[in-house]
Amino acid sequence: MRDLYETQRAMRNVRKAAMQRGVIAILDIGTSKIACLVLRFDGPGRAAQTDGVGALAGQSQFRVIGAATTRSRGVRFGEIDAMQETERAIRTAVQAAQKMAEVRVDHVIACFSGARPRSYGLDGAVDVETGIVTEADIGRVLASCETPDFGHDRDVLHAQPVNFALDHRSGMADPRGQGGQRLATDLHLMTVDATAIRNIFFCIKRCDLELAGLASSAYVAGVSSLVEDEQELGAACIDLGGGTTGISVFMKKHMIYSDAVRMGGEHVSSDISMGLQVPMQVAERIKTFYGGVVATGMDDREMIEIGGDTGDWERDRRTVSRAELIGIMRPRIEEILEEVRARLDAAGFEYLPSQQIVLTGGGSQIPGLDGLAAKILGQQVRLGRPLRVQGLPQAATGPAFSGAVGCALFAANPQDEWWDFDIPAETYPARSLKRAVKWFKDNW
Amino acid sequence: MRTMKEPRGYAATPRTRPVRDPAPSKWGYRWQRWMLTPGVRTGLRLGVPTLVIGLIGTAWFSNDANLAVVTDRYDQIKAAIQHRPEFMVTGLAITGADEELASQVAELVSVEFPVSSFDLELEAMRAKVAALDAVSDVYVRVGDAGALEIGITPRQPVALWRTAEGLRMLDDNGVFSGDVAGRAERRDLPLIAGDGAKEHMTEALALFRTAAPIATRVRGLVRIGNRRWDMVLDRGQRIQLPGEGAEAALARVIALEDTQDLLARDVILVDMRNENRPTVRLQQDAVAATRNAVTTGASN
Repeated sequence: MRDLYETQRAMRNVRKAAMQRGVIAILDIGTSKIACLVLRFDGPGRAAQTDGVGALAGQSQFRVIGAATTRSRGVRFGEIDAMQETERAIRTAVQAAQKMAEVRVDHVIACFSGARPRSYGLDGAVDVETGIVTEADIGRVLASCETPDFGHDRDVLHAQPVNFALDHRSGMADPRGQGGQRLATDLHLMTVDATAIRNIFFCIKRCDLELAGLASSAYVAGVSSLVEDEQELGAACIDLGGGTTGISVFMKKHMIYSDAVRMGGEHVSSDISMGLQVPMQVAERIKTFYGGVVATGMDDREMIEIGGDTGDWERDRRTVSRAELIGIMRPRIEEILEEVRARLDAAGFEYLPSQQIVLTGGGSQIPGLDGLAAKILGQQVRLGRPLRVQGLPQAATGPAFSGAVGCALFAANPQDEWWDFDIPAETYPARSLKRAVKWFKDNW
Repeated sequence: MRTMKEPRGYAATPRTRPVRDPAPSKWGYRWQRWMLTPGVRTGLRLGVPTLVIGLIGTAWFSNDANLAVVTDRYDQIKAAIQHRPEFMVTGLAITGADEELASQVAELVSVEFPVSSFDLELEAMRAKVAALDAVSDVYVRVGDAGALEIGITPRQPVALWRTAEGLRMLDDNGVFSGDVAGRAERRDLPLIAGDGAKEHMTEALALFRTAAPIATRVRGLVRIGNRRWDMVLDRGQRIQLPGEGAEAALARVIALEDTQDLLARDVILVDMRNENRPTVRLQQDAVAATRNAVTTGASN
């Protein structure tokens, strides 16, 4: 716990340094693609300052100057499976983005979707020493949260205070400066497999880059594709990725729950590949061009040439009706959505005031998905695209890039994390000295 | 039954192999990153052209003939500018000096007119003129209408100093201001002599002022043993003054002269060295005459 705190603080310092230099790269390490965006920060002073919410919800202080995508290699379920291959893929993406940006980037904020995220809700409370809440009090109350035993092979990825309560008043975003006796907080802690994080560290280090931050893909996808009132009132973002489907639940502008289903678009492709006896690439192509989830009478008559790779062009010309394709895809997508439903139920999603569900990620482009999702997940379902950010190429504005864009927003406006506050110094020596003085006073 | 067409713009036959998307080699990647480093980019944009131009220039100038062409051309242009009429000096104007000194200075400066003002070394000229004994201060400048102006403040001699080499003039700081052939040339200046006389000019001048009533009789002052003064008068008379309070002692002698015509008498020496015991020495003849007078009762 302690060294993680140090690591995250070090990353935060690197991020500050990168902001100072003005150029930072965003790396979305996914199962099917690796995307790299190069951001240029103009600094807070140079963006047009307006009262309240500025242009693009205050996100106009950075600009995307380079973007590149490459086919992902060596990543499975959002986790690095083959280091060398992944390293090469990262190099490809970073090089292309650098070339477009014509600038060298040294600092990278990475997001990834896998590594079995798990959410914990923690709470802590302390007495306010001076009667006025200070930054130190917030550090203390965060430290007072009782950390659950999540196992030695897991690391904390996010630890965000989502709520503060001062005496009987709850739902405060920023209690600093307010008077009160007892300060309580709710902390959302998200842990992932430590090995996955370590692998990402190594991979990025071997590309001569420095890691300036790590984020969960589910979280940043929610940041980019949920609109403000959805984040405020409660919504779930379902990021249908290649190898995993990330779930993040937002409430009062904070992520309060996150999970991932280890199934995604690649599983649909592999179903098609197995069902139709075609190579994976062909299956992917057929899914992209003709895929769907709702079959109609028309689809029985629509024939898709799936070809054969045997070279015998005269005889090996197989075709398949679109209804058959949908018949293969639908059960898998239903399975994924059922699984998501189960996770949301486990999280108590139905108790939120608003139960908006936003589908994003590359998988959300399947035609008719919103209808199917509405049947399984509830009526309030919409398809989400990432927020428009300045300078992003048209090719990178699709829902498949909500993770990358969200990571860029995360880089620009990072959420307060537990490690952003000074740990209340295990001022053990000072405290014991104070105790000794008190003992003397009492007894002499 | 109909066959679904692929969307426009895509190849009819599905590609079964992945898109070619080769990863850069590690060194290729590093090379590209290195070339994107701002310092390297600036170096290539500015440093390399500078280096190339520098190399070409060096190679060209390393040939002596080329260098000579450039330096000759430079000298020509420089001379053409320096010899423009605006920069020419045509005459010498010496102010503040008498004729003798002026001719001496003109000889010393020895400039062939007309000359470009760039070729005149005014500082050296000034140093040369200032080194003359008779010159106290001097300015040298190129003034209006192309005249070389030399303004001289001459030294004012206040005394003559007799040395083994001859007579010299001193100003009030004890600095030489020129030679004199004979005493007759500067009768107006008082004469001093002896070792260390030069260093005590102020005292000597004060003594001469005190001796103003008998100025016609004063021959000069002699410094004795670099310690005290002797005032020498005509008729071989001499006033020995003490090292300390010489002026007061002399004033006493002058007072005696005023009241009792001391120096008009047959006195050869007035010894004021001991202020408590001023002594007067008579001439040999006077002593004898006095004795005779006493013996014959001629006095009274």
